[in-house]
Amino acid sequence: MHRLPPEVKVVAAFLGVVCVVAVPREAFAVFGGYFLLLVAVWALARIPLGWIARRSLIELPFVVLAVLLPFAEGGARVEWLGLSLSAEGLLAGWNILIKGTLGVLTSLTLAATTPLRDMLLGMQRLHAPAILTTIATLMLRYIDVIAGEARRMRLARISRGHDPRFLWQAGATARGVGALFLRSYERGERVHLAMLSRGWTGAMPQLSDARTAPRDWIYGLTFVAAALLLTVTGFVMT
Amino acid sequence: MTGAPPASVVVRELAFAYPDGHQALFGVNLRIEPGERVALLGPNGSGKTTLVLHLNGILTAGHGGVEIAGMAVDRSNVKEIRRRVGVVFQDPDDQLFMPTVRDDIAFGPANFGVRGAELAGRVDDALAAVDMAEFGDRSPLHLSGGQRRRVAVATVLACQPEVLVLDEPSSNLDPVARRELADVLLRLKGTMLMVTHDLPYALQLCQRGVVLDDGVVVADQPIRELLADADLLQRHRLELPFGFSPI
Repeated sequence: MHRLPPEVKVVAAFLGVVCVVAVPREAFAVFGGYFLLLVAVWALARIPLGWIARRSLIELPFVVLAVLLPFAEGGARVEWLGLSLSAEGLLAGWNILIKGTLGVLTSLTLAATTPLRDMLLGMQRLHAPAILTTIATLMLRYIDVIAGEARRMRLARISRGHDPRFLWQAGATARGVGALFLRSYERGERVHLAMLSRGWTGAMPQLSDARTAPRDWIYGLTFVAAALLLTVTGFVMT
Repeated sequence: MTGAPPASVVVRELAFAYPDGHQALFGVNLRIEPGERVALLGPNGSGKTTLVLHLNGILTAGHGGVEIAGMAVDRSNVKEIRRRVGVVFQDPDDQLFMPTVRDDIAFGPANFGVRGAELAGRVDDALAAVDMAEFGDRSPLHLSGGQRRRVAVATVLACQPEVLVLDEPSSNLDPVARRELADVLLRLKGTMLMVTHDLPYALQLCQRGVVLDDGVVVADQPIRELLADADLLQRHRLELPFGFSPI
């Protein structure tokens, strides 16, 4: 799974999410099927459950709305533990919650098996717009450089007695952010100059021309086929 | 055509003013033969960087011209010119922008159309030339300053340039890294132009020194002779480190 070409994984993950989104929300059992499919992938790729579980917490802020829906929606009510909930709202909330969760889990599976730079390579091979892959490549490289610069500027500030605990001291921090922006902008110009000097013409050159083996595509799309089968089952059930 | 190869670099009466009106070069003449190692010296603001940016066609001459190995630099051939002139910039963080060292070294030759096994070979050769063979899959972020500087040199060597141009190669290096870089540079065969304030380094690596001040060449002579001329150095804000004698 880790060695599968990145473009196969990107396509498989995307199609997998499309399958999940397409399923009617009442096909409850089918969602369990997707979950089992993901668990099978994790087992194959030896991704620890804890790794996935910790990172899936990122979803929480986004599902708040889903939790509110059963209370806020109108229509037929159901009684549950003394609470009066909207049936329509329950279904809508469930829809967001389950599809969102499965989407996050799929993305995490992709992230767990694909280093960022491979992901970029995959996007490039899939002919994603060159400007996007270039920006992402540069961001990947320079985020740490800029963070280092910010760290040094902060050190220099607090060494001169700056203690940004009080509101009226926030000004210095704000100016620091401005200075950082200017520095990054100037660095951007220097990087561009250095790239031009090595023959840059506006598009990342393909650094490896390895073709994706059909076998890899078939392997990757097997999982998509399983997901598609579940989707069809969902439509038949409802 | 006789057997003698054309000069690596010929700069003729080069003058240039920036769009804001600041005139940086006033008629520079310079000729560098194949295999020569030349130090380009001069105080800050003397036009050194402007001259370097003319050599690979980033800036185009206001007046006069530049020839690289017999080819005049103009808009139509900048790509070939940039292959022939490899510029190593001062801050390796500006030069190294790819996620891994290998990718970064492959970037230049790939832009010039090298692919597949030849590209991989170029990368391996360039890594070996700067003693960084085992660091290919690292991120530039996780290298020391000296290693980054050597990788920056490799990114340019992989393009197999006619002329290697180095901008302040020894800045921000500790003494060992500085010496390691010198070892690497001394092994290289081609033509080299080194912009520097580090006069002992110029003496160690170059045979000839050119002093640029206020946009004109004010001295062009064997480096040892140049550094021994205390008056000349003083006139152009150059200074040997305390206790250093070039003789």
